[in-house]
Amino acid sequence: MADSQSILAHAPELQHHFDDSAQQFESSTLGMWIFLVTEIMFFGGMFGAYTVYRNLYPEAFASTSRFMNVTVGAINTGVLIFSSFTMVMAVRSAQLGRKKALIAFLFLTLLLGCVFLGLKYVEYHEKWLDHHIPGSGFQYEDSRYVRQAQVLFFLYFAMTGMHAVHMVVGVGLLTTLIVMAARNRFSSAWFTPVEMIGLYWHFVDVVWIFLFPLLYLIGHTT
Amino acid sequence: MTHPVESVKLYAAVFAALLALTLTTVAISKLELGEYNFIAAMTIAVLKGTLVVMFFMNVRHATSMTKLFVGAGFFWMAILLVFLLSDYLSRSWLPAPGWL
Amino acid sequence: MSTTLPFAPAEAHPNYLNANYGWKSWLFTTDHKRIALLYLFSITAFFFVGGAFAVGMRLNLLTPEGIFDHDTYNKLFTMHGIIMVFFFLVPSIPATLGNFLVPLMIGARDLAFPRINLLSWYLYIVGGIIALTAVVQGGVDTGWTFYAPFSSMYSNTHVILTAIGVFISGFSSILTGLNFIVTIHTMRAPGLTWNRLPLFVWGHYATSLIQVLGTPVIAITLVLLGLERLLHAGIFDPAVGGDPVLFQHLFWFYSHPAVYIMILPGMAVISEIIACFSRKSIFGYTFVAISSIAIAVLGFLVWGHHLFAAGQSMYASMAFSFLSFLVAIPSAIKVFNWTATMYKGSVSYETPMLYAFGFIGLFTIGGLTGLFLATMAIDVHVTDTYFVIAHFHYVMVGGMVMAYMGGIHFWFPKISGRMYPEGWAKFAALVVFVGFNLTFFPQFLLGYQGMPRRYAHYPAEFQVLNVMSSAGASILAIGYLIPMIYLGWAWRNGPSAPQNPWNAKGLEWEQSPTPPPTFNFEHQPVVNEPAYNYSGGESEVHIGG
Repeated sequence: MADSQSILAHAPELQHHFDDSAQQFESSTLGMWIFLVTEIMFFGGMFGAYTVYRNLYPEAFASTSRFMNVTVGAINTGVLIFSSFTMVMAVRSAQLGRKKALIAFLFLTLLLGCVFLGLKYVEYHEKWLDHHIPGSGFQYEDSRYVRQAQVLFFLYFAMTGMHAVHMVVGVGLLTTLIVMAARNRFSSAWFTPVEMIGLYWHFVDVVWIFLFPLLYLIGHTT
Repeated sequence: MTHPVESVKLYAAVFAALLALTLTTVAISKLELGEYNFIAAMTIAVLKGTLVVMFFMNVRHATSMTKLFVGAGFFWMAILLVFLLSDYLSRSWLPAPGWL
Repeated sequence: MSTTLPFAPAEAHPNYLNANYGWKSWLFTTDHKRIALLYLFSITAFFFVGGAFAVGMRLNLLTPEGIFDHDTYNKLFTMHGIIMVFFFLVPSIPATLGNFLVPLMIGARDLAFPRINLLSWYLYIVGGIIALTAVVQGGVDTGWTFYAPFSSMYSNTHVILTAIGVFISGFSSILTGLNFIVTIHTMRAPGLTWNRLPLFVWGHYATSLIQVLGTPVIAITLVLLGLERLLHAGIFDPAVGGDPVLFQHLFWFYSHPAVYIMILPGMAVISEIIACFSRKSIFGYTFVAISSIAIAVLGFLVWGHHLFAAGQSMYASMAFSFLSFLVAIPSAIKVFNWTATMYKGSVSYETPMLYAFGFIGLFTIGGLTGLFLATMAIDVHVTDTYFVIAHFHYVMVGGMVMAYMGGIHFWFPKISGRMYPEGWAKFAALVVFVGFNLTFFPQFLLGYQGMPRRYAHYPAEFQVLNVMSSAGASILAIGYLIPMIYLGWAWRNGPSAPQNPWNAKGLEWEQSPTPPPTFNFEHQPVVNEPAYNYSGGESEVHIGG
């Protein structure tokens, strides 16, 4: 099994409490997936609140959906999908041991993430100008729904804001990966962090895939 | 060691499909379909999410345990949403006639 | 079959305790056994902090008019609850005994993610310090349940600071659960199939599932609460169309499964103790294993029973009530199986077994009274009374804490390399049992007679029972202090323990020296027999690959 001889002779990235690289990789993958499951539940709480209030206040909801910028939202969706593509290409490059391509795709992914965040800022700024940020300065155009609109905008900011926080973390993680790649830490034999952070990035994309229709698309025509 | 190297073509095809579905869902949202707007949007979102999970996150080649955990995550969120709705939707129900 | 080494002083062989010295070797350790001890000391400290608040409460309740004003009393019960739930009970057994024993029991050299394990402890400490800061700054008065809109709009205590502390410690819990799940899946010794796993490991696996699936929901709930409190704009404020009951739904979606986090590890310990001190395999091993998973899963479907009187729809309440009856079934199965294990077993009465007996009796009472509460027609009368308080203290203190004490005594020799004084330990167990029942049984009566919970003052007719309860609490406190003294003494001065003082089955006892070396085993264990093979003739546990 794993006696002192084999420990000495193992791959450099193999940690000592694992028997072999396969066990270590299996652990890393399962561990990242369990973390993503916790993220599903974390966002799930907000999806729950959204579901409840959409159900309680359908007219207010339809009213507020006028103020969602579908164009920016759609572009952002495209940007994130593109970034998922570049991420998966980055993992593929790592698999093939192509350092330059790996760094290039990681950098592209990071860039696209920043584009997303930039567009998000534009949207938030719009809302700020419209006095739609919940709080003491909140104002709403339709006096019938001014109370519920605040609840719904609160949810909008909470959900997209939490998503944006996860994007920022993702950008940080990508930067770390780029630095590691530049320092030749990865090879076709070991590139686990690239794959794991890839999973995280795709997950953040999946959250947006659901946020986009729920917040931007539905209710326009109710 | 991890999984077989996929072709760029496959990834590009999934990417194209995701973009196409995005355009589709935006287009459908401009139509007046009542209840079906929601159903269509959610169906497309589930499709897109499945594509990302299966192909980009490689769950289709993953172990059954991984698949079980992925499924469990979404199922658990569904528990929360379903039971929440069961309260809010049934609050207005009157007691069954002849009961008590 | 050799299960004991010749008598050897604890310091003789290199082990995880003497491998390195100095504070850095402890604060930067990645050894799961050292991390378990770090947790043990910090959790014990929090236990006494939470206990101090309880002392304040029981002193106040000696007389109908009390000694504290209402605001102060509100802070006492709030902080007692928060500290005991989030900083003591939730981490207790998993972070101490679980961390120490899970790798040993499955024949692994450490957990899957040792550095994340250490991070887990630091997150716990940071969260705890933040919560204690809130305490020192004046505390919180919302109840540990943080109900909106009081917590989001009206309370002028340190709600956000406390919520941050709880939020951070929640991550500690998630990471521990994640670590256990991955470890149990990927690092079992050769031959250790799922149906040969010790029930301790099954119980911790089930607990970890709950930690991973449930804790994120309270995390987001606290975030939403904090945002609402900060921005005065929110989703729980009725004035803007928000629903305070939504807060309760989201809160209890985690907090009900949390109570199963706070009992499953105790049940896991009890299975080990009963098998060992009955010299018999646990009756219905498979049923007990599956029941742990069943409790974890069903536990997520019952949270609405906390909202029976809150405005939840009658139909949802009926569904939740029915599901709550269902979740009692796997717990009952365990109690029957433990009892059946002892039948025709060779039962001995060492301290861990005394705690196990206490657990079975007290958990049964606590669990049955849970069924009373799950019955809507009874709940409307006893909800928010001392009946509820008695119920949950029977399961959490009479159950979980007794299991914790039993487990600490059972594995004390393995952890420290020394034996504790059995006479004192038995005496303390008895004091705990008497003190506990005197404290909490009167509370069933008080609640049934209508005394509400969270009240600083009460009508004079309730005084006799309250005085009994407070008297019991002082005895209980003594019962908990005595082990602090003799265990602390025994750690340094106790007689050296043989490798397997209880002649127990299990890799941690049979294959690992006492105390274990840093990497747990001298040779990779291989498992060829079922768990608890007390009656198996020749041991088939092989040493070596």
